Amino acid sequence: MTEKLVIIGNGMAPGRMLEELFEKAPGAYDVTIFNAEPRVNYDRIMLSPVLSGEKSFDDIVIHDDAWYARNGVTLLKGARVTEIDRESRKVTAADGRSATYDKLVIATGSTPIIIPVPGHQLSGVLAYRDLDDVDRMLEIARKGGRAIVIGGGLLGLEAAYGLKRQGMEVTVIHLMPTIMERQLDPPAAYMLKKALDDRGIDIITKANTKAILGTDKVEGIELDDGRIIPGEMVVMAVGIRPNSTLARAAGLEVNRGIVVDDGMTTSDPDIFALGECAEHRGVCYGLVAPLYESARALADRLAGGSAEYQGSVTNTKLKVTGINLFSAGDFAEAPDREEIVLRDASAGVYKRLVLKDNRIVGTVLYGDTADGSWFFDLMKKGSDVSTMRDTLIFGQSFQGGAPLDPMAAVAALPDDAEICGCNGVCKGKITSTITGKGLTTLNEVRAHTKASASCGNCTGLVEQLMKLTLGDRYNPAAVTPMCDCTDLGHDDVRRLIIAKGLKTIPAVMQELEWKTSCGCAKCRPALNYYLVCDWPDEYADDYQSRFINERVHANIQKDGTYSVVPRMWGGVTSASELRAIADVVDKFQVPMVKVTGGQRIDLLGIQKEDLPAVWADLGKAGFVSGQAYAKGLRTVKTCVGSEWCRFGTQDSTALGIRLEKFMWGSWTPAKLKLAVSGCPRNCAEATCKDIGVICVDSGFEIHFAGAAGLEIKGTEVLGQVKTEDEALEHIVALTQMYREQGRYLERIYKWAKRVGLDEIRRQIMDDAEKRKGYFDRFVFSQTFAQVDPWSERVSGKDKHEFKPLVVTGFSEAAE
Amino acid sequence: MTWVTIGRLEDIPVRGARCVDTPEGRIAVFRTADNQVFAMEDSCPHKRGPLSQGIVHGTSVTCPLHNWVISLESGSAQGADVGQVRTMAVRNDNGTLLLDLAELRIAAE
Repeated sequence: MTEKLVIIGNGMAPGRMLEELFEKAPGAYDVTIFNAEPRVNYDRIMLSPVLSGEKSFDDIVIHDDAWYARNGVTLLKGARVTEIDRESRKVTAADGRSATYDKLVIATGSTPIIIPVPGHQLSGVLAYRDLDDVDRMLEIARKGGRAIVIGGGLLGLEAAYGLKRQGMEVTVIHLMPTIMERQLDPPAAYMLKKALDDRGIDIITKANTKAILGTDKVEGIELDDGRIIPGEMVVMAVGIRPNSTLARAAGLEVNRGIVVDDGMTTSDPDIFALGECAEHRGVCYGLVAPLYESARALADRLAGGSAEYQGSVTNTKLKVTGINLFSAGDFAEAPDREEIVLRDASAGVYKRLVLKDNRIVGTVLYGDTADGSWFFDLMKKGSDVSTMRDTLIFGQSFQGGAPLDPMAAVAALPDDAEICGCNGVCKGKITSTITGKGLTTLNEVRAHTKASASCGNCTGLVEQLMKLTLGDRYNPAAVTPMCDCTDLGHDDVRRLIIAKGLKTIPAVMQELEWKTSCGCAKCRPALNYYLVCDWPDEYADDYQSRFINERVHANIQKDGTYSVVPRMWGGVTSASELRAIADVVDKFQVPMVKVTGGQRIDLLGIQKEDLPAVWADLGKAGFVSGQAYAKGLRTVKTCVGSEWCRFGTQDSTALGIRLEKFMWGSWTPAKLKLAVSGCPRNCAEATCKDIGVICVDSGFEIHFAGAAGLEIKGTEVLGQVKTEDEALEHIVALTQMYREQGRYLERIYKWAKRVGLDEIRRQIMDDAEKRKGYFDRFVFSQTFAQVDPWSERVSGKDKHEFKPLVVTGFSEAAE
Repeated sequence: MTWVTIGRLEDIPVRGARCVDTPEGRIAVFRTADNQVFAMEDSCPHKRGPLSQGIVHGTSVTCPLHNWVISLESGSAQGADVGQVRTMAVRNDNGTLLLDLAELRIAAE
């Protein structure tokens, strides 16, 4: 019979425990989770990349709603438990929701310590613990100013880096003489401090906060020595305290944390404690690896096994882009300890091993951390290193004669060597899963083994293992590089442009280590688009990185002449416009005039030299460029709608014109064609466009992701809205989402297939705040983009484009 | 050698090209990121695309019509494509550019 398992807390530890439990004993329990946070389980160690903007919340979700549904778990979101009644085996939340249990797991985690200095209750004093904290930080960061981070430990420094990335000035206040003193020795701390200084983060050590200043919100802090540092935000990152109040109130044995034995059992045999709230053999852990190890033990127990958690040796890595840091064990100096140190100041490398009785007891690596897991493995196993002591510090590749290549080093690792520290996955587990389940991609390996699925630092090792196991069948280019100039894919490049604040093509090529001096015809236009899109106000468009059509604002034809297509808003024109076109055709003897599929007129066969004069004449009649050449907004096709048509339900022509006037000039990853049909008879053929609207009596049905070119594909429905204003807002937001995520030359239907229709609907239809954000960013970008390129050139811009350098007859060539 | 002055280095955009019109056709003059100057017929060996309109990268240009990549140094098509563009000598005298039209002239006579 199914027992009832109740879990208080929905963090990473119980999440992992459930995964193991469902694998070991599927269906054994009827599971209910009380979650004080109003959301699903996410990867808390990845909050720092979310804060720095290198990842989004969606990237760090571990279990989505579907997972809970699939496993039959009842997840009560926003339910903060206030009482455990051991007598009647019942758990009750503040909002009255309750559940009875046969087995109870307390996983209440920890609470950040807030130092009770005067002013600690002011608005703007934050902890760094969950997504709500990150959201509040981002909110304040948007206004700029200075953030003061109290605590120069791992968490504090990651917060400082993230806030700096968000554009704030940052000062870190640290009580001890060196930062991260629990994990780093003074030389490594010095190197780290210098690297952070270089990133513009001020660090004040030996500083104690006396008071937080301000009347109702933070205005600064005062230090013991009287110094005052003004600032808009104070982040306290001074430590955590196990959250054991509930357990104490229920009469369970509590020390610093909730006391558990090796089976993770509390003083009540039916109640277990897991995660940061638990105290095992006198130790409360705060890192993910030991919590996952204990989660495994608990899952085994709940499945009827007898696993014993033996405690963990831990290691630390700092998640600051560009800084490699690894630390494990104990590195204090003592008479019975020896050390091996390697320094290369110019290369920024520092390595220190602390030995006791010929065994590694501590490791600090800065700059080059490749051997971290090898040293850690030797340390955990207590291996005798006396035979390789001379070359130990150089790492695994230098053991046993000739230097090994990295692949051989991985091949030489024993099966029980730990590859993924976060998830405690060893080499044997990875290789056997790859062969057992026939895995061929990194994502599959992550899904099945969890290796490199948390902080991602061991991704390189996992890839090497895949290569070893699969040989040629492993194609690491599951991420296709942008071009031969780089190994990075489009998505990585886009992410890094933002994360590293890269604002010119040379900066991208330098920072992302381009293999060519100035790129190629594939990557340069892509980079130019990404920079235009991401930094609309700051980036200076690089015309030499644009394809000829976008450089001269006309379409090149097979004979080297150009075609010219002026905008006809919504496909509507007039006698005077047509007369102006006719005059241009006569004056420049345009060989062909053709009506396009997008409801406008194409003038073909124009000489490049004539383009500015053609544009000048068209401009006088009020025409602007139709951008028929652009990876950007092209046409908005319409039907006559309710103004004329007896079937029309809305004024589709007016909406089309409004959309075109709002969106013209915007650059997009690939061309973008719209259409608005006034009724479901769909005369404007909106259901094969990139974005289409079908007007109905009750409003506007928004479609997207159609194609009618190399591929034929009907659109998908985004959703329905009631008013024209809403239709505009949704379409613009969708366009901006595509602009920000699409890969260069990737049409909207391919992008939609890649990111998922549901995800797009969720962000654009259901999440008003996200939608507004996209909309606002589009509008901001348009203030720089809506400049008619034709009139610019008529006024003399890029004059050199349209004239030969010189015209020479041979007679002049006398010298 | 028949050197003809065609203009100044700064008349050509960096990583760009300008054209010189001659009785024997159009010559494309390229300027690379490191200010090297090259000249060749403005005509791709594939389908006669105007190379001067292509994207200049390193010492190559990509034809705007079908993306053939032509070496500015040798005039030959790169990668899997096979073809040859006639190149001309260009000289940079303290910023003044001179083009050698001797070959063209012989062709014209």
